[in-house]
Amino acid sequence: MTVTEAAAPVGLVPPTGRAGGRGAEAPAGTLRLGVGSSLGIGLAVIWMSVLVFLPLAAVLLKASSAGWSGFFDTVTSPAVAAAIRLTVGTAAAATAVNAVMGTLVAWVLVRDRFPGRRLLGIVIDVPFALPTIVAGLVLIALYGPRSPIGINLAQTRPAIFVALLFVTLPFVVRAVQPVLEELDPDVEEAAASLGAGRWYTFRRIVLPTIAPAIAAGSALSFARGLGEYGSVVLISGNLTGRTEVASVRMLSQIENDDLAGAAAVATVLLVVALAVIVALELLQRRMARRG
Amino acid sequence: MAEVVARRPSTGSRWPLRALAVGYIGVLVVLPLLIMGRRTFQGGIGPFIDSISSPEAISAIKLSLNVAAQAVVINTVFGVGVALLLARYRFPGRRLLNALIDLPIAVSPVIAGLALVLVYGSTGWFGSFLATVGYQVIFAVPGIVLATCFVSLPLVVREVVPVLEEIGLEQDQAARSLGANAVQRFWRITLPGIRWALAYGVVLSLARCLGEYGAVRVVAGNVLGQTQTMPLLAGQRYQDLDEPGAYAISFVMVAIAIVCIVVVALLRPKENR
Repeated sequence: MTVTEAAAPVGLVPPTGRAGGRGAEAPAGTLRLGVGSSLGIGLAVIWMSVLVFLPLAAVLLKASSAGWSGFFDTVTSPAVAAAIRLTVGTAAAATAVNAVMGTLVAWVLVRDRFPGRRLLGIVIDVPFALPTIVAGLVLIALYGPRSPIGINLAQTRPAIFVALLFVTLPFVVRAVQPVLEELDPDVEEAAASLGAGRWYTFRRIVLPTIAPAIAAGSALSFARGLGEYGSVVLISGNLTGRTEVASVRMLSQIENDDLAGAAAVATVLLVVALAVIVALELLQRRMARRG
Repeated sequence: MAEVVARRPSTGSRWPLRALAVGYIGVLVVLPLLIMGRRTFQGGIGPFIDSISSPEAISAIKLSLNVAAQAVVINTVFGVGVALLLARYRFPGRRLLNALIDLPIAVSPVIAGLALVLVYGSTGWFGSFLATVGYQVIFAVPGIVLATCFVSLPLVVREVVPVLEEIGLEQDQAARSLGANAVQRFWRITLPGIRWALAYGVVLSLARCLGEYGAVRVVAGNVLGQTQTMPLLAGQRYQDLDEPGAYAISFVMVAIAIVCIVVVALLRPKENR
């Protein structure tokens, strides 16, 4: 009954006569747990605990090791507070641009036909595949001190903004694209034939359908922006209090052996990311219910 | 759909949107890549070859390939196993497991590195135990592999689950009624069904594993020739004011990334067919 790859030994096939009984226990299209699949779940949970849960729990515990006042002092110190404000603000701004431009790019990819459209679709994935440090170097080549177009953003806040736009570009596009592909253009045609303007059709017919996807893509984009390190570290100059993002701050704390301080900043970032993801998830559900 | 587009009277008004989308991607992605490519070969091909064949570059490339290979194998086994569990079984905590697999995406790579140091570092939870058994994780290759697995955890699972859900269990049940055992059914029914999605997830995972910087930087300690991966070497060279050297090793990574996404682009339509 199990087909769990490595974890499922042979010989768990129940007598076929019990198939009817199984239907009553497991929903259609699913299987009941056997020894092998239970073992698989156990192994998966152990691996995720070793890799993710225990380490993240260690971060939260470390952050609380200095007590509430220690935590509070760390995160309200000028350098840390400035880094967190800068990070949250820039990630939010980049996400807002992504929500608009990502939707637009997805729409062009799905509904427009022109030579090079497929290439455009491939280029969208470049920021995903490119190592973040390389993304940073690529941006320095254009917007750094030796910029061939004369725009030097190095050591400025706009540089951070551009870096975040670069690395988070695919999230909204890739979330919205499949939903738009499913959406039948006939409905838009009908609206247009009834006299609805282009913008009106988009706002009343297309947008409600793709809004959950925009929200989901935006949540990922924001979370990624909050934590971004590699693409930002070289171009931002890391000026304390001015162009230092939270991840860079944490890394210098780690290198100075202030693990508790880094854990405190990490906790704030994790809480903000979680809050935004939950909020957008709730928004998504509300929109889904209304639709 | 192309016909629908052509029938529309207002086709002309698509131009601004198209230009905006293409222009935005061009300025944000394509132009910087081209400039970077030009700058890499500014001094000719000779210095580029020297730069990527220096001993430190060779050892960084080897380490990156080694780490990525280990992490991709782990991700693939974990990814297929968990995808099968999530798609085919209903068990208590399934939705929670499903949600938590995505957790690494929402976590900063620096936090991932810090988290691993707090558990496996010399002063961490398991630090003294690991020291007793003489197994170094942090500032060594196992730590880099763990950090890499952390950041790429969901990639294979997320590609395989939807395909498994779509293909369902009918063929599997038919094979079972004909007497095929679990191993036979996996290799002959399940794996061929998910192979393109799996390949897609593996390539994505490979690209991510070769390129991880933040998490690896925290756990690797950047020991020259020992724990320095390609991305770490690129960052190091830039900070040492060896800009051409940084661009040279980055170009290697750009080439790998582009190969990866072209492979992915070729795999994707096959899946839809």
